[in-house]
Amino acid sequence: MIGRLELRDVGVRRGGRQLFSGLSLTLAAGEACALTGANGAGKTSLLRAVAGLVGLEAGEIVFGGVEATEARGGGLHLVGHQDGLKPARTTREELEFWSVWSGGTEASAQDAAQALDLTMLLDLEVRRLSAGQRRRLALARLLAAPRPLWLLDEPLSPLDAGWRTRFGAIMRAHLDGGGLILAAVHDPLPIDAKGLEIGA
Amino acid sequence: MSRLGALLARETALAWGRGGGPLVSVGFYAGVATLLPLAIGPEAERLAAVAPGAAWVALALASLLSLDRLFERDYEDGALDHLALSPVPLELTCAVKCAGQWLATGAPLALAAPVAAIALGAPMALTPLILACALVGGLAFAFTGGIGAALSLGARRGGLLTAVIVLPLFVPPVIFGGGALAAFAGGLPWAPGLALLCAYGAAAVALGPLAMAAACRNALS
Repeated sequence: MIGRLELRDVGVRRGGRQLFSGLSLTLAAGEACALTGANGAGKTSLLRAVAGLVGLEAGEIVFGGVEATEARGGGLHLVGHQDGLKPARTTREELEFWSVWSGGTEASAQDAAQALDLTMLLDLEVRRLSAGQRRRLALARLLAAPRPLWLLDEPLSPLDAGWRTRFGAIMRAHLDGGGLILAAVHDPLPIDAKGLEIGA
Repeated sequence: MSRLGALLARETALAWGRGGGPLVSVGFYAGVATLLPLAIGPEAERLAAVAPGAAWVALALASLLSLDRLFERDYEDGALDHLALSPVPLELTCAVKCAGQWLATGAPLALAAPVAAIALGAPMALTPLILACALVGGLAFAFTGGIGAALSLGARRGGLLTAVIVLPLFVPPVIFGGGALAAFAGGLPWAPGLALLCAYGAAAVALGPLAMAAACRNALS
Protein backbone atom coordinates (compact mmCIF):
# COMPACT_ATOMS: atom_id res chain seq x y z
CA MET A 1 0.00 0.00 0.00
CA ILE A 2 1.43 3.34 -1.05
CA GLY A 3 1.18 5.66 1.94
CA ARG A 4 2.86 8.69 0.42
CA LEU A 5 4.09 10.00 -2.90
CA GLU A 6 7.13 12.21 -2.83
CA LEU A 7 8.76 14.02 -5.74
CA ARG A 8 12.18 15.42 -4.85
CA ASP A 9 13.66 18.03 -7.21
CA VAL A 10 12.40 16.12 -10.21
CA GLY A 11 13.53 17.17 -13.67
CA VAL A 12 12.48 15.68 -17.00
CA ARG A 13 13.99 16.24 -20.41
CA ARG A 14 12.22 15.04 -23.56
CA GLY A 15 13.55 15.17 -27.09
CA GLY A 16 16.48 17.41 -26.11
CA ARG A 17 14.22 19.95 -24.42
CA GLN A 18 14.14 20.61 -20.68
CA LEU A 19 10.47 20.37 -19.74
CA PHE A 20 10.84 21.24 -16.06
CA SER A 21 13.29 20.85 -13.23
CA GLY A 22 13.42 21.18 -9.46
CA LEU A 23 9.84 20.04 -9.01
CA SER A 24 8.94 18.86 -5.51
CA LEU A 25 5.70 17.59 -4.08
CA THR A 26 4.58 15.53 -1.14
CA LEU A 27 1.24 13.81 -1.30
CA ALA A 28 -0.02 11.89 1.72
CA ALA A 29 -2.69 9.20 1.75
CA GLY A 30 -6.08 10.79 1.29
CA GLU A 31 -4.72 13.81 -0.59
CA ALA A 32 -5.19 14.93 -4.14
CA CYS A 33 -3.10 17.29 -6.22
CA ALA A 34 -4.16 19.21 -9.30
CA LEU A 35 -1.31 19.56 -11.76
CA THR A 36 -1.64 22.63 -13.94
CA GLY A 37 0.45 24.25 -16.61
CA ALA A 38 0.33 25.48 -20.19
CA ASN A 39 0.05 23.06 -23.11
CA GLY A 40 3.36 21.31 -23.54
CA ALA A 41 4.61 22.25 -20.07
CA GLY A 42 5.14 18.59 -19.24
CA LYS A 43 2.09 17.54 -17.23
CA THR A 44 1.69 14.28 -19.10
CA SER A 45 5.43 13.62 -18.96
CA LEU A 46 5.42 14.10 -15.19
CA LEU A 47 2.56 11.60 -14.81
CA ARG A 48 4.42 9.15 -17.04
CA ALA A 49 7.59 9.72 -15.02
CA VAL A 50 5.74 8.86 -11.81
CA ALA A 51 4.47 5.73 -13.56
CA GLY A 52 8.05 4.86 -14.47
CA LEU A 53 7.41 5.01 -18.22
CA VAL A 54 9.64 8.06 -18.68
CA GLY A 55 13.09 8.35 -17.14
CA LEU A 56 14.07 11.21 -14.82
CA GLU A 57 16.89 13.56 -15.69
CA ALA A 58 17.29 14.65 -12.09
CA GLY A 59 15.79 14.07 -8.66
CA GLU A 60 13.88 11.06 -7.43
CA ILE A 61 10.37 9.79 -6.91
CA VAL A 62 9.67 7.93 -3.68
CA PHE A 63 6.61 5.89 -2.88
CA GLY A 64 6.20 5.82 0.88
CA GLY A 65 6.37 2.31 2.22
CA VAL A 66 6.96 0.34 -0.98
CA GLU A 67 9.66 -0.23 -3.56
CA ALA A 68 9.25 1.73 -6.79
CA THR A 69 9.01 -1.39 -8.95
CA GLU A 70 6.31 -2.82 -6.70
CA ALA A 71 4.41 0.49 -6.61
CA ARG A 72 4.51 0.74 -10.39
CA GLY A 73 3.69 -2.92 -10.86
CA GLY A 74 0.45 -2.97 -8.95
CA GLY A 75 0.02 0.22 -6.96
CA LEU A 76 -0.96 2.83 -9.50
CA HIS A 77 -3.42 3.47 -12.30
CA LEU A 78 -2.69 5.76 -15.22
CA VAL A 79 -5.61 7.14 -17.19
CA GLY A 80 -4.55 9.30 -20.10
CA HIS A 81 -5.56 10.45 -23.55
CA GLN A 82 -4.44 7.13 -24.92
CA ASP A 83 -6.82 4.76 -23.23
CA GLY A 84 -5.54 1.53 -24.79
CA LEU A 85 -9.06 0.44 -25.72
CA LYS A 86 -9.45 -1.52 -28.95
CA PRO A 87 -12.25 -0.16 -31.18
CA ALA A 88 -13.22 -3.58 -32.54
CA ARG A 89 -13.69 -5.25 -29.15
CA THR A 90 -16.80 -4.93 -27.03
CA THR A 91 -16.98 -2.81 -23.92
CA ARG A 92 -17.41 -5.95 -21.84
CA GLU A 93 -14.35 -7.68 -23.33
CA GLU A 94 -12.16 -4.66 -22.77
CA LEU A 95 -13.40 -3.91 -19.26
CA GLU A 96 -13.10 -7.53 -18.14
CA PHE A 97 -9.66 -7.94 -19.64
CA TRP A 98 -8.25 -4.78 -18.09
CA SER A 99 -9.91 -5.59 -14.80
CA VAL A 100 -8.26 -9.02 -14.64
CA TRP A 101 -4.97 -7.63 -15.94
CA SER A 102 -4.90 -4.93 -13.24
CA GLY A 103 -5.59 -7.43 -10.47
CA GLY A 104 -9.39 -7.33 -10.27
CA THR A 105 -11.93 -9.91 -11.31
CA GLU A 106 -14.77 -10.17 -13.78
CA ALA A 107 -17.19 -9.53 -10.92
CA SER A 108 -15.38 -6.34 -9.92
CA ALA A 109 -15.57 -5.28 -13.57
CA GLN A 110 -19.35 -5.63 -13.34
CA ASP A 111 -19.45 -3.45 -10.23
CA ALA A 112 -17.29 -0.85 -11.94
CA ALA A 113 -19.57 -0.89 -14.98
CA GLN A 114 -22.50 -0.27 -12.68
CA ALA A 115 -20.76 2.61 -10.89
CA LEU A 116 -20.01 4.33 -14.19
CA ASP A 117 -23.36 3.47 -15.73
CA LEU A 118 -21.87 1.34 -18.49
CA THR A 119 -24.08 -1.70 -17.98
CA MET A 120 -26.28 -0.87 -20.97
CA LEU A 121 -23.22 -0.38 -23.18
CA LEU A 122 -21.41 -3.62 -22.35
CA ASP A 123 -22.32 -5.38 -25.59
CA LEU A 124 -21.44 -2.45 -27.83
CA GLU A 125 -18.15 -2.29 -29.67
CA VAL A 126 -15.84 0.36 -28.27
CA ARG A 127 -15.90 2.19 -31.62
CA ARG A 128 -19.60 2.90 -31.13
CA LEU A 129 -19.10 4.69 -27.82
CA SER A 130 -19.12 8.48 -27.64
CA ALA A 131 -16.03 10.26 -26.34
CA GLY A 132 -17.58 10.65 -22.90
CA GLN A 133 -18.75 7.05 -22.71
CA ARG A 134 -15.33 5.88 -23.80
CA ARG A 135 -13.68 7.96 -21.08
CA ARG A 136 -16.07 6.45 -18.53
CA LEU A 137 -14.97 3.01 -19.72
CA ALA A 138 -11.33 4.04 -19.24
CA LEU A 139 -12.17 5.37 -15.76
CA ALA A 140 -14.02 2.16 -14.89
CA ARG A 141 -10.62 0.48 -14.72
CA LEU A 142 -9.88 2.57 -11.64
CA LEU A 143 -12.74 0.93 -9.78
CA ALA A 144 -12.46 -2.55 -11.29
CA ALA A 145 -9.06 -3.09 -9.70
CA PRO A 146 -8.35 -1.10 -6.52
CA ARG A 147 -4.93 0.54 -6.60
CA PRO A 148 -3.99 3.36 -4.20
CA LEU A 149 -2.40 5.92 -6.53
CA TRP A 150 -4.42 7.35 -9.41
CA LEU A 151 -2.55 9.28 -12.08
CA LEU A 152 -5.16 11.04 -14.16
CA ASP A 153 -4.46 13.04 -17.29
CA GLU A 154 -7.32 15.48 -17.90
CA PRO A 155 -9.83 12.91 -16.67
CA LEU A 156 -12.80 15.24 -16.91
CA SER A 157 -12.38 16.79 -20.34
CA PRO A 158 -14.86 14.71 -22.38
CA LEU A 159 -17.33 14.27 -19.50
CA ASP A 160 -20.57 16.24 -19.26
CA ALA A 161 -21.42 18.37 -16.22
CA GLY A 162 -23.40 15.61 -14.51
CA TRP A 163 -20.59 13.11 -14.88
CA ARG A 164 -17.98 15.57 -13.70
CA THR A 165 -19.90 15.83 -10.44
CA ARG A 166 -20.39 12.08 -10.19
CA PHE A 167 -16.73 11.40 -10.89
CA GLY A 168 -15.90 13.97 -8.22
CA ALA A 169 -17.82 11.81 -5.75
CA ILE A 170 -15.91 8.74 -6.95
CA MET A 171 -12.59 10.53 -6.42
CA ARG A 172 -13.66 11.70 -2.98
CA ALA A 173 -14.57 8.14 -2.00
CA HIS A 174 -11.14 6.98 -3.21
CA LEU A 175 -9.41 9.62 -1.08
CA ASP A 176 -11.55 8.76 1.93
CA GLY A 177 -10.35 5.19 1.56
CA GLY A 178 -6.73 6.33 1.86
CA GLY A 179 -6.02 6.72 -1.84
CA LEU A 180 -3.90 9.36 -3.56
CA ILE A 181 -4.71 11.28 -6.73
CA LEU A 182 -2.38 13.23 -8.97
CA ALA A 183 -4.38 14.77 -11.80
CA ALA A 184 -3.30 16.97 -14.69
CA VAL A 185 -6.14 19.40 -15.32
CA HIS A 186 -7.05 22.65 -17.03
CA ASP A 187 -10.31 23.15 -15.14
CA PRO A 188 -10.43 22.98 -11.34
CA LEU A 189 -11.02 19.51 -9.87
CA PRO A 190 -14.44 19.02 -8.25
CA ILE A 191 -12.70 18.00 -4.99
CA ASP A 192 -10.38 19.66 -2.49
CA ALA A 193 -6.88 19.39 -3.88
CA LYS A 194 -3.44 20.84 -3.56
CA GLY A 195 -2.11 22.69 -6.55
CA LEU A 196 1.15 22.30 -8.41
CA GLU A 197 1.91 24.44 -11.42
CA ILE A 198 4.52 23.29 -13.89
CA GLY A 199 6.60 25.88 -15.68
CA ALA A 200 5.50 28.68 -13.37
CA MET B 1 -1.97 -17.14 -13.99
CA SER B 2 -5.45 -15.84 -14.80
CA ARG B 3 -3.76 -12.63 -15.90
CA LEU B 4 -1.67 -14.46 -18.46
CA GLY B 5 -4.64 -16.53 -19.56
CA ALA B 6 -6.68 -13.39 -20.13
CA LEU B 7 -3.79 -11.81 -22.02
CA LEU B 8 -3.34 -14.86 -24.24
CA ALA B 9 -7.06 -14.87 -25.05
CA ARG B 10 -6.95 -11.16 -25.86
CA GLU B 11 -3.81 -11.38 -27.98
CA THR B 12 -5.09 -14.36 -29.94
CA ALA B 13 -8.39 -12.59 -30.59
CA LEU B 14 -6.59 -9.41 -31.66
CA ALA B 15 -4.15 -11.28 -33.89
CA TRP B 16 -7.07 -13.15 -35.40
CA GLY B 17 -8.59 -9.84 -36.48
CA ARG B 18 -5.36 -8.02 -37.25
CA GLY B 19 -4.84 -7.26 -40.93
CA GLY B 20 -7.42 -9.85 -41.89
CA GLY B 21 -5.87 -12.43 -39.60
CA PRO B 22 -5.18 -16.03 -40.58
CA LEU B 23 -7.36 -15.97 -43.69
CA VAL B 24 -5.30 -13.27 -45.35
CA SER B 25 -2.04 -14.93 -44.30
CA VAL B 26 -3.17 -18.30 -45.66
CA GLY B 27 -4.51 -16.61 -48.80
CA PHE B 28 -1.18 -14.88 -49.34
CA TYR B 29 0.57 -18.17 -48.79
CA ALA B 30 -1.63 -19.90 -51.34
CA GLY B 31 -1.00 -17.05 -53.78
CA VAL B 32 2.78 -17.31 -53.52
CA ALA B 33 2.60 -21.09 -53.85
CA THR B 34 0.50 -20.68 -57.00
CA LEU B 35 2.84 -18.10 -58.55
CA LEU B 36 5.79 -20.45 -58.36
CA PRO B 37 4.75 -22.94 -61.10
CA LEU B 38 3.92 -20.00 -63.34
CA ALA B 39 7.47 -18.72 -62.97
CA ILE B 40 9.51 -21.91 -63.20
CA GLY B 41 7.32 -23.90 -65.55
CA PRO B 42 4.75 -26.63 -65.00
CA GLU B 43 6.97 -29.73 -65.51
CA ALA B 44 6.07 -32.05 -62.67
CA GLU B 45 9.62 -33.28 -61.97
CA ARG B 46 11.09 -29.82 -61.75
CA LEU B 47 8.26 -28.59 -59.51
CA ALA B 48 8.40 -31.64 -57.25
CA ALA B 49 12.11 -31.05 -56.72
CA VAL B 50 11.60 -27.52 -55.41
CA ALA B 51 8.17 -28.04 -53.80
CA PRO B 52 9.23 -28.53 -50.16
CA GLY B 53 11.71 -25.66 -50.22
CA ALA B 54 9.30 -23.35 -52.00
CA ALA B 55 6.49 -24.14 -49.56
CA TRP B 56 8.90 -23.43 -46.72
CA VAL B 57 10.13 -20.05 -48.01
CA ALA B 58 6.58 -18.95 -48.80
CA LEU B 59 5.66 -19.84 -45.22
CA ALA B 60 8.40 -17.58 -43.88
CA LEU B 61 7.15 -14.70 -46.03
CA ALA B 62 3.51 -15.25 -45.05
CA SER B 63 4.55 -15.16 -41.37
CA LEU B 64 5.82 -11.62 -41.91
CA LEU B 65 2.46 -10.27 -42.99
CA SER B 66 0.75 -9.35 -39.76
CA LEU B 67 3.89 -8.98 -37.67
CA ASP B 68 4.28 -5.22 -37.97
CA ARG B 69 1.10 -4.61 -35.99
CA LEU B 70 2.05 -6.92 -33.13
CA PHE B 71 3.24 -4.09 -30.87
CA GLU B 72 2.46 -1.07 -33.04
CA ARG B 73 -1.24 -0.89 -32.25
CA ASP B 74 -0.77 -1.31 -28.51
CA TYR B 75 1.95 1.32 -28.66
CA GLU B 76 -0.16 3.83 -30.56
CA ASP B 77 -3.31 3.52 -28.48
CA GLY B 78 -1.56 3.40 -25.10
CA ALA B 79 -2.36 -0.22 -24.26
CA LEU B 80 1.37 -0.92 -23.97
CA ASP B 81 1.54 1.58 -21.06
CA HIS B 82 -1.17 -0.31 -19.24
CA LEU B 83 0.39 -3.67 -20.04
CA ALA B 84 3.67 -2.38 -18.60
CA LEU B 85 2.04 -1.15 -15.35
CA SER B 86 1.58 -4.63 -13.98
CA PRO B 87 3.37 -7.05 -11.69
CA VAL B 88 3.82 -9.27 -14.76
CA PRO B 89 7.31 -8.63 -16.19
CA LEU B 90 7.22 -7.04 -19.63
CA GLU B 91 9.32 -9.93 -20.95
CA LEU B 92 6.57 -12.39 -20.08
CA THR B 93 3.93 -10.08 -21.56
CA CYS B 94 5.89 -9.96 -24.84
CA ALA B 95 6.23 -13.74 -24.85
CA VAL B 96 2.47 -14.15 -24.41
CA LYS B 97 1.82 -11.66 -27.23
CA CYS B 98 4.04 -13.72 -29.55
CA ALA B 99 2.34 -16.93 -28.46
CA GLY B 100 -1.00 -15.33 -29.39
CA GLN B 101 0.42 -14.33 -32.76
CA TRP B 102 1.58 -17.90 -33.32
CA LEU B 103 -1.79 -19.38 -32.32
CA ALA B 104 -3.70 -17.04 -34.62
CA THR B 105 -1.47 -17.06 -37.71
CA GLY B 106 1.43 -19.50 -37.26
CA ALA B 107 -0.74 -22.52 -36.52
CA PRO B 108 -3.21 -21.97 -39.42
CA LEU B 109 -0.25 -21.43 -41.76
CA ALA B 110 1.34 -24.65 -40.51
CA LEU B 111 -1.85 -26.50 -41.41
CA ALA B 112 -1.76 -24.97 -44.89
CA ALA B 113 1.91 -25.82 -45.46
CA PRO B 114 1.53 -29.52 -46.28
CA VAL B 115 -1.37 -28.71 -48.60
CA ALA B 116 0.77 -26.21 -50.52
CA ALA B 117 3.73 -28.58 -50.67
CA ILE B 118 1.62 -31.47 -51.98
CA ALA B 119 -0.14 -29.22 -54.47
CA LEU B 120 3.30 -28.36 -55.84
CA GLY B 121 4.09 -32.05 -56.18
CA ALA B 122 5.84 -33.02 -52.96
CA PRO B 123 5.27 -36.66 -51.92
CA MET B 124 2.45 -37.38 -49.46
CA ALA B 125 4.93 -39.03 -47.12
CA LEU B 126 6.41 -35.60 -46.45
CA THR B 127 3.21 -34.36 -44.77
CA PRO B 128 4.03 -35.12 -41.11
CA LEU B 129 7.52 -33.68 -41.36
CA ILE B 130 6.50 -30.47 -43.09
CA LEU B 131 3.70 -30.00 -40.56
CA ALA B 132 6.14 -30.46 -37.67
CA CYS B 133 8.68 -28.14 -39.29
CA ALA B 134 6.01 -25.51 -39.95
CA LEU B 135 4.70 -25.63 -36.38
CA VAL B 136 8.17 -25.29 -34.82
CA GLY B 137 9.35 -22.88 -37.50
CA GLY B 138 6.24 -20.77 -37.02
CA LEU B 139 7.11 -20.43 -33.35
CA ALA B 140 10.60 -19.27 -34.29
CA PHE B 141 9.16 -16.87 -36.89
CA ALA B 142 6.73 -15.39 -34.33
CA PHE B 143 9.34 -14.90 -31.59
CA THR B 144 12.12 -13.55 -33.82
CA GLY B 145 9.54 -11.51 -35.73
CA GLY B 146 8.44 -9.96 -32.46
CA ILE B 147 11.94 -8.56 -32.01
CA GLY B 148 11.70 -6.76 -35.35
CA ALA B 149 8.19 -5.56 -34.58
CA ALA B 150 9.29 -4.14 -31.21
CA LEU B 151 12.44 -2.55 -32.62
CA SER B 152 10.53 -0.74 -35.34
CA LEU B 153 8.04 0.78 -32.86
CA GLY B 154 7.42 4.42 -33.58
CA ALA B 155 9.16 4.34 -36.95
CA ARG B 156 7.26 5.47 -40.00
CA ARG B 157 6.70 2.64 -42.48
CA GLY B 158 7.41 0.31 -39.56
CA GLY B 159 6.12 -2.67 -41.52
CA LEU B 160 8.87 -2.45 -44.09
CA LEU B 161 11.47 -1.90 -41.39
CA THR B 162 10.16 -4.93 -39.52
CA ALA B 163 10.64 -7.09 -42.61
CA VAL B 164 14.20 -5.83 -43.15
CA ILE B 165 15.13 -6.46 -39.51
CA VAL B 166 13.43 -9.83 -39.34
CA LEU B 167 14.41 -11.52 -42.61
CA PRO B 168 18.05 -12.15 -41.53
CA LEU B 169 16.71 -13.72 -38.32
CA PHE B 170 14.59 -16.02 -40.49
CA VAL B 171 17.69 -17.38 -42.23
CA PRO B 172 18.59 -20.15 -39.74
CA PRO B 173 15.07 -21.64 -39.49
CA VAL B 174 14.73 -21.50 -43.27
CA ILE B 175 18.05 -23.33 -43.67
CA PHE B 176 17.36 -25.93 -40.96
CA GLY B 177 13.76 -26.59 -41.98
CA GLY B 178 14.51 -26.57 -45.70
CA GLY B 179 17.48 -28.87 -45.05
CA ALA B 180 15.38 -31.36 -43.13
CA LEU B 181 12.75 -31.42 -45.88
CA ALA B 182 15.34 -31.80 -48.66
CA ALA B 183 17.08 -34.58 -46.73
CA PHE B 184 13.81 -36.43 -46.24
CA ALA B 185 12.96 -36.12 -49.94
CA GLY B 186 16.44 -37.40 -50.83
CA GLY B 187 16.21 -40.34 -48.43
CA LEU B 188 18.90 -38.94 -46.14
CA PRO B 189 18.75 -38.52 -42.33
CA TRP B 190 16.43 -35.58 -41.68
CA ALA B 191 16.31 -35.63 -37.88
CA PRO B 192 19.35 -33.35 -37.34
CA GLY B 193 17.71 -30.59 -39.39
CA LEU B 194 14.53 -30.83 -37.37
CA ALA B 195 16.53 -30.91 -34.12
CA LEU B 196 18.42 -27.76 -35.12
CA LEU B 197 15.13 -26.10 -36.03
CA CYS B 198 13.72 -27.01 -32.61
CA ALA B 199 16.87 -25.65 -30.96
CA TYR B 200 16.54 -22.36 -32.82
CA GLY B 201 12.86 -22.20 -31.90
CA ALA B 202 13.70 -22.78 -28.23
CA ALA B 203 16.39 -20.11 -28.32
CA ALA B 204 13.98 -17.65 -29.96
CA VAL B 205 11.32 -18.32 -27.31
CA ALA B 206 13.88 -17.93 -24.51
CA LEU B 207 15.82 -14.90 -25.75
CA GLY B 208 13.38 -13.06 -28.02
CA PRO B 209 11.21 -11.69 -25.19
CA LEU B 210 14.26 -10.10 -23.51
CA ALA B 211 15.00 -8.13 -26.66
CA MET B 212 11.34 -7.29 -27.23
CA ALA B 213 10.83 -5.97 -23.71
CA ALA B 214 13.97 -3.84 -23.92
CA ALA B 215 12.83 -2.41 -27.26
CA CYS B 216 9.34 -1.70 -25.88
CA ARG B 217 10.73 0.08 -22.81
CA ASN B 218 12.91 2.14 -25.08
CA ALA B 219 9.97 3.07 -27.29
CA LEU B 220 7.77 4.01 -24.31
CA SER B 221 10.30 6.27 -22.62
